[in-house]
Amino acid sequence: MSESAPLAITYREACKQALRQALVEDSRVFLMGEDIGRYGGCYAVTKGLLEEFGDERIRDAPLSESAFVGAGIGAAMTGMRPIIEIMTVNFSLLALDQIVNSAVTIPYMSGGQFAVPLVIRMATGGGRRVAAQHSHSLEGWYAHIPGLRVLTPATIDDARYMLLAALVEPNPTLIFEHVMLYNMEGVLTPGVTSVDIDHAAIRRPGRDVSLITYGGGLFKTLDAAETLAKEGIEAEVLDLRTLRPLDSDAILASVSKTRRCVIIDEAWRSGSISAEIGMRIVEGAFFELDAPLRRVCGREVPMPYAAHLEDACLPQRDAIVAAARDLVRPT
Amino acid sequence: MTEKVHLDHAHLLRILEAMIRIRRFEAKCVELYQAQKILGFLHLYDGEEAVSVGIMEALTPQDSIIATYREHGQALARGVDAGCLMAEMMGKLNGCCRGRGGSMHFFDRAHRFYGGNAIVGGGLPLALGVALSDELSKRAAVTACFFGEGAVDEGEFHETLNLAKLWRLPILFVCENNLYSMGTAVERAEADTDFVHKASGYRIEGERVDGMDVVAVESAARRAVERVRATSDPYFLECRTYRFRAHSMFDAQLYRSKEEIEAWRKKGPILRFQGWLESNHLIRPEEVQAIETKVEAEIAAAVVFAEAGALESVAEVERFVTMTEIPT
Ligand SMILES: Cc1ncc(C[n+]2csc(CCOP(=O)(O)OP(=O)(O)O)c2C)c(N)n1
Repeated sequence: MSESAPLAITYREACKQALRQALVEDSRVFLMGEDIGRYGGCYAVTKGLLEEFGDERIRDAPLSESAFVGAGIGAAMTGMRPIIEIMTVNFSLLALDQIVNSAVTIPYMSGGQFAVPLVIRMATGGGRRVAAQHSHSLEGWYAHIPGLRVLTPATIDDARYMLLAALVEPNPTLIFEHVMLYNMEGVLTPGVTSVDIDHAAIRRPGRDVSLITYGGGLFKTLDAAETLAKEGIEAEVLDLRTLRPLDSDAILASVSKTRRCVIIDEAWRSGSISAEIGMRIVEGAFFELDAPLRRVCGREVPMPYAAHLEDACLPQRDAIVAAARDLVRPT
Repeated sequence: MTEKVHLDHAHLLRILEAMIRIRRFEAKCVELYQAQKILGFLHLYDGEEAVSVGIMEALTPQDSIIATYREHGQALARGVDAGCLMAEMMGKLNGCCRGRGGSMHFFDRAHRFYGGNAIVGGGLPLALGVALSDELSKRAAVTACFFGEGAVDEGEFHETLNLAKLWRLPILFVCENNLYSMGTAVERAEADTDFVHKASGYRIEGERVDGMDVVAVESAARRAVERVRATSDPYFLECRTYRFRAHSMFDAQLYRSKEEIEAWRKKGPILRFQGWLESNHLIRPEEVQAIETKVEAEIAAAVVFAEAGALESVAEVERFVTMTEIPT
C-alpha cells in the first residue's frame, strides 16, 4: 500500500463504489431504473456498471415508475435485493402508490409473513436551475410514513456506506442523494468500512446553539458555523442522517446542551420534518430552552428557474448565520 | 396434448367441490357480516367461482398468485385453509394475517399467495417482481395475476403489460371481466371493450373464455400455462363472468336491473356445471350430497376455529410496521 494521503473521491463515485460492492457481494442484488445502464444514469452514478455486471443485473427500465417500483417490491418480497433508482424525487410521485400502498403495507397486512427489503435511491433538492418539476425536497413527506426508512447521506462516508447498511435492513429504505452533492469531493475516512443508519452525527461540536440539518443542508450549515465561530459563537452542527426513524435522543441531547436551536431544511416549512423536529424539542426539552426555536427553510413556492430567484428560495449561509446570531445575541 | 383436461370422475367432483366451497364460504361470510362478526368491506365472488377454480387447476404449488380485494375464491381454490381465512375475516390472531389484513388482504406465504390487494391495479406491478425473482433465481414457475376489468383503466396495467412482454416474464394475466367496475358498466368505461385486443397491443397473446364454464376456463388455463412455461412469455386470459351480488355490502345496485341479474344467475357456474354432470349421468345425487355435507362441515369447522381464535394483543399493534428480520 502506498504511504501517500488517501485520494479524494466524489460523492458520486462513493455512491457508485457502494453499488459495485453490493453487486459483487450479493448475487441477489440487482439494479433497476430508467437509463441506469446504457446511458450510465442521469447523474452518472451507475456509469460503467452495465459493462461490468451485464443487463440482467443492471436493468434499464422504461418510463414506468409505478411498474418498476412495484416489480422491485414483488422481487424483494420473494427473495431478491433490488436497488431501484428513480431519477428524482419528483418522479417518485408516479410510484407513490407502490411505495406507500404496497411496500409499506405488505409486511404489516400480511402479519409479518413478508418483508420488503427494497432500496430506492433518488436525487433530491434544488440548486441546479432546473425549476419546479426537478428540484423539490420531498424526503420529509416520506419520513411521515411508518414502515419506511429514510436516509439522507451528506458526507462521502455516508454516500459510500449507507447503501450497504440499507441492504441489511429488512424494511423498504429510501436514500435521498442531494443533487448538489454529487460533484463534491472528499476523502473516505481511513479505517471506516461501514456506517450505522440509526444515529445522527455531530459534525461540529459547539456550546452556544444547535444547528440541526441533513443532506444538502449540511455544508451550508457548516459554512455558517465557521462564520459564527469568527464572531465567537460556537455552533454545534447536528447531521440527522436518517429522517425516519428520527434520532430524537441526539436532537434532545444537543439542544439540552446548547439551549438554542436553528433547524435548517431545504424543504417547505409547513408540515415539514423541521416542524416535527421542533415539536419533538418542545415535547422533550422545552424547559431546557433559553430561546425560541428558529427555522431556516425553503421558501414556500414551487422552485423558480431564474438563478437569483432559486437562490432566494433556498436556505443560504447568511440566513443561517443571522438566525443563529439572533438567538445567541438577540438584537 | 398435455393441456387437455382429463375429465375423470375424481377431477369432476373436485372442481365441483371447489366451487361449492367458495360459494358456501361466502354465504357464511354474509351471515357473519350481518351478525357484525365480519366488518368493513366484503366483496363477494358469488358467480365468479369458475374462474379461480379453473385457473388453479392449471397451476402447481411452485407457481405464485396475486389477487385483488375479491380474493376469497382464489385463496380457497389455491388450497389456503378455510379456517385461517375465516379467522382473518373476523380479525382474529389465528387468521392468515393475524387480523391485520381482513377480507381484502389475504396473504399466505406457504401457498405463494402474495396478496389480496385493495388498490385497483396495484397488484400488477408486483406480479412483474415475483416473476422476475423466479427468473433471476432460476425457479421455473408461473405467476398468475388476477384483476378485474376495472384495473385495465389504470396506468399500471399498461406499464405492467409492456414490461412483462419486454422482459419476457412468465406471467399469466387473468382478467376477471364481470362487466362492472363498481357501478360502471364496461361499455361506459372502455373505448375498446376487447381486452384480448388490448393485450395484443403489447404483443401479448391471449384469448377470451367463458368464465361461467369451469371446464372451459380450466382448459384455456392449461393451454395458457403450458404456453407460458414453454415460451417464458406472458399470456392474457379474459374470463367473461358476472357477479351475482352487489359490489360490496354497501352497494344498493342502482346501476343494473334485477332481471339482468336473474338472467345471469341462470347461467351460474355451479348450476351449469352440476346440471351438466347430472344430465349426463356423470354424477350421482349421493355424490353431490356428500360434497355438500363435507363442505358444510368444513365451513362449520372454520367458523368454530375462527370464533375460538384469540384477538391480537393491542400491545402488539405496532409489530410488523417495521420488520426486525426477513422471514424465510
Ligand atoms: C386505485 C383505486 N381506485 C378506486 C378504488 C375503488 N374501487 C374499489 S373496487 C372498484 C371497482 C373495480 O372494478 P374491477 O376492477 O372491474 O373489479 P371487480 O370489483 O369488478 O371485481 C373501485 C373503483 C380502488 N380500490 N382503487
